[in-house]
Amino acid sequence: MLTNADFLSLEGKPGDFTAKVRLRPRYIDADSCTACGLCTQYCPRHHVDDYNEGLSLTRPIHIDYAQAVPATYYIDPESCLHLQHDTCQICVPVCQSHAINFDQKPEELDLKVGAVILSPGFGKISEETLEKYGYNRHPDIVTSIEFERMTTASGPFMGEVKCFSDGRHPKRLAFIQCVGSRDLGCNNGYCSSVCCMYSIKEALVAKEHDPEVDITIYYMDIRTQGKEFDKARERAEAIGIKFVRARVADVTPWENRLQLTYSTLDGKHYFEPYDMVVLSVGLESPRDARGIAEKTGIDLNRYDFCETSTFAPLTTSRDGVIVAGAFQGPKDIPESVTQASAAAGIAAGMLTKQRGQGIVHKSYPEEQPMDEEVRIGVFVCHCGINISSVVDVHNVEESTEDMEGVVYHTDSLYSCSQDAQEVLKDKIKEHNLNRVVIAACSPRTHEPLFQETLKDAGLNRSLIEMVNIRDQCSWVHANEPEAATDKSRDLVRMAVAKARGMKPLPEQTVPVTPRAMVVGGGIAGMTAALSIADQGFETLLLEKGKTLGGNLGLLNHTLAGDETAKELKKLVARVQKNKKISVATEAELTAISGFIGNYASVISTGSGKKKTEQTYDHGTVVLATGGHEHRPGGYLLDKNSKVMTQMELEKRLAGKAKNRAPSSVVMIQCAGSRGDDLNYCSKVCCNHAVKNALQIKEINPDSQVIVLYRDMRTYGYAEDAYREARLKGVVFIPYEIANKPEVYEKGKTLHVKFFDSIMQEDMDLTPDLVALSVGIVPEGTEELSKLLKAPLTNDRFFLEAHVKLRPVELPVDGVYVCGLAHGPKPLDETIAQAQAAAAKAAIPLVKGFVSVAPIVSIVDEEQCIGCSLCASLCPYGAIEMIKVDKKRKARTIAASCKACGICASHCPTFAITMGGFTNEQINSQISAFGDVGEKETAEVS
Amino acid sequence: MGKGMEHRAGSVMVVGGGIAGVQAALDLTELGYYVYLVEKEAVVGGVMAQLDKTFPTNDCSL
Repeated sequence: MLTNADFLSLEGKPGDFTAKVRLRPRYIDADSCTACGLCTQYCPRHHVDDYNEGLSLTRPIHIDYAQAVPATYYIDPESCLHLQHDTCQICVPVCQSHAINFDQKPEELDLKVGAVILSPGFGKISEETLEKYGYNRHPDIVTSIEFERMTTASGPFMGEVKCFSDGRHPKRLAFIQCVGSRDLGCNNGYCSSVCCMYSIKEALVAKEHDPEVDITIYYMDIRTQGKEFDKARERAEAIGIKFVRARVADVTPWENRLQLTYSTLDGKHYFEPYDMVVLSVGLESPRDARGIAEKTGIDLNRYDFCETSTFAPLTTSRDGVIVAGAFQGPKDIPESVTQASAAAGIAAGMLTKQRGQGIVHKSYPEEQPMDEEVRIGVFVCHCGINISSVVDVHNVEESTEDMEGVVYHTDSLYSCSQDAQEVLKDKIKEHNLNRVVIAACSPRTHEPLFQETLKDAGLNRSLIEMVNIRDQCSWVHANEPEAATDKSRDLVRMAVAKARGMKPLPEQTVPVTPRAMVVGGGIAGMTAALSIADQGFETLLLEKGKTLGGNLGLLNHTLAGDETAKELKKLVARVQKNKKISVATEAELTAISGFIGNYASVISTGSGKKKTEQTYDHGTVVLATGGHEHRPGGYLLDKNSKVMTQMELEKRLAGKAKNRAPSSVVMIQCAGSRGDDLNYCSKVCCNHAVKNALQIKEINPDSQVIVLYRDMRTYGYAEDAYREARLKGVVFIPYEIANKPEVYEKGKTLHVKFFDSIMQEDMDLTPDLVALSVGIVPEGTEELSKLLKAPLTNDRFFLEAHVKLRPVELPVDGVYVCGLAHGPKPLDETIAQAQAAAAKAAIPLVKGFVSVAPIVSIVDEEQCIGCSLCASLCPYGAIEMIKVDKKRKARTIAASCKACGICASHCPTFAITMGGFTNEQINSQISAFGDVGEKETAEVS
Repeated sequence: MGKGMEHRAGSVMVVGGGIAGVQAALDLTELGYYVYLVEKEAVVGGVMAQLDKTFPTNDCSL
């Protein structure tokens, strides 16, 4: 990890690049700094806190936030008195670990790398654009990111929303959407694709802080097209957040408030007073986009984002350089995470020959055999002044003196520091310690470090117990030092009691079958199979139909103008030529058993008499079962030949019929979606409608095309096509769900009746053709969900393990999802997601084994009565029922177990134990809590 | 000015340590590659670390 670093240049070719990087000095030695914060307290100079968007002050020597990585302070040379004026240096003697070093100089590194991933993120919308909305003219006009810092509990206002002008709590709040987006005035013709979501989020949070606050969001279209996103909007509306479709003309100071001028679709103007106005700023290309392009030789698009194509969404114009995240185009967190995994997979696929060469393997001494005698060492940490300013550390340490099993105790200023690890190792050896209790901070952050030290000292890593006397004592009881000390003593006594029962737990690994299976042979499945094969692993690609291709075969061209048939042919040829991929068509997965690394699937191929079944062993599985067009009722679809879906219209337009683009067409968006038959937005239909509308105009410029819509969701660069369609005369008219357009027949004539919200009157048209944007439904997810015990959303799409951070993994280990089976999405997103799923599916195959945490559950077969309660409760499918001597018994599948303990806590016969958390240990911990010392106990009894 | 040379076969450079860069780096190490994560700021995390909650579930962002 090279922070404070500038990327300077890139020479060479894929597999053999040389990158120049300059490291700017932090002026603090990262290995010595313990992040205690004393230096910041003594530093005399103020410094504007960029992390808090300038809303607060910090010091030149600081850390951005408590959880920062690396957890090392740094000095900003711009405002440091010593670095600017050669004075001060107060921090140097203050630092107890002598970490401050003003002699650090910039350093240049030449890195030899095989591939490069660019993920520089996005830039800020210019102040000039913000000033069009009064920013800088009044303190209560803020950007959404400033507002975000304001609502943050750990932010500069501790989560309090207040006006900058006079500190009052705003009673009326307005959000203005599309600031710096969909605006050619600042050359940002694109939609930033995230602002609608974060505005709704911020509005919801503001409501949480103050339920009385009146919030209005001024928008053009609410683009909550992502999976489950519309539900948040509905939630917002339900608690009274108002959404007004309008263009905001101006925000002007008005007495101590702000006046917002806006015009609605019908051309009327309104004025509204507000206490605070939040500008929903879009995502700009990175500030140094052109510099990066020049240094790497990649092309940028018209908006200075990285140029890529629909069918290779992460490939830049320079071989070996891959892009991921917002630099590829404005996008949200799950999309960025998906692209990142995909980019990692692509880079890995390019460099298979070099795989594993750069990784350093660490070796540990052999574990020492354990003495019978319990020998516990207790280490109590001051955490600088973090603990010791409240808790009497020495008192806590002394209290362990006579405890059973404790043979050594000490305190340390920072038990996590490098030198403290050496001390810990020495003391383990010196006193022959076989169990360690550390009273310090959170095991969540520091347990792995201490476990590592134990391993270095030849002890099993399960022989440590941590007590969190920082979060649970000094922090929460900061004003009650005595009580905090008492509580620390209690917790330490309990930990020692538990530690007495600690046993070394074996490290388990399960070998992996280095093969994958991909279910579904559409664009997602084919892309995933190819990516896994590129990484060097055999893959079986299952397709239900007779041929590969899926929905891609039904399309003619993409919005960006790619010919889909040509791309499909190329892709199928690549799949068929690849020796690592075996394709099974007319194939179905009928059964699957096993767990991550060791799946066995039963696959049936062929039909009728030719039907055969075979078993395939594999380590991981990618689900890419796709979806298809929904066919809604109520619009005369399948009843009148002039009514068709966008897919059918695309096919018609691609044909040769003379009248294929008739002189009047009405398109109806969300036909059957968003609360009609389907509850969700299908993400692609707006683009599809715009694409077909443009095609109609191309063939027959005089054709009158009317698009009836609820929100035009042409997010990202598709906004350009939407603008082009309007310029070419396509008419877009919004409708409300309560007042849906009606399609009916009168004699032989087809009618469409709707309320024209622009003219404010009812219209009745008799178009030559009606095209319905019908939405997408998933295919085959229910059967697979049962086979794999993988949950679905209410809309029958696969539910990912974590919506934001694990978007292509399912809760069942070793199972990944991509494409329409995950949720509706356009081609480029499907491809990136397939590449991401492939990268994730390759990880266990690369490792060759799955490691199992030693704390998994163990079933005592003697005591198990085979009731299978545990198996039904386990959220990870990690308990299987087996037959032992004809009796039903539960057994943990160690590779799938997450050690949550649900099974152990519900077992009626106490047959299940959790490694490191046995019933005996927990019981002795509880009794130690009551054991407040012999004297007091005597008094009680 | 010190000048260092790092030569490790099987390594990849990731420019930018926001959520995308960090995720790419993590996946690459799991896939068996050494990663140089180059970040211009003093900390990794990017804009996501500035966020309070995340849409649509309002989970904590940090």
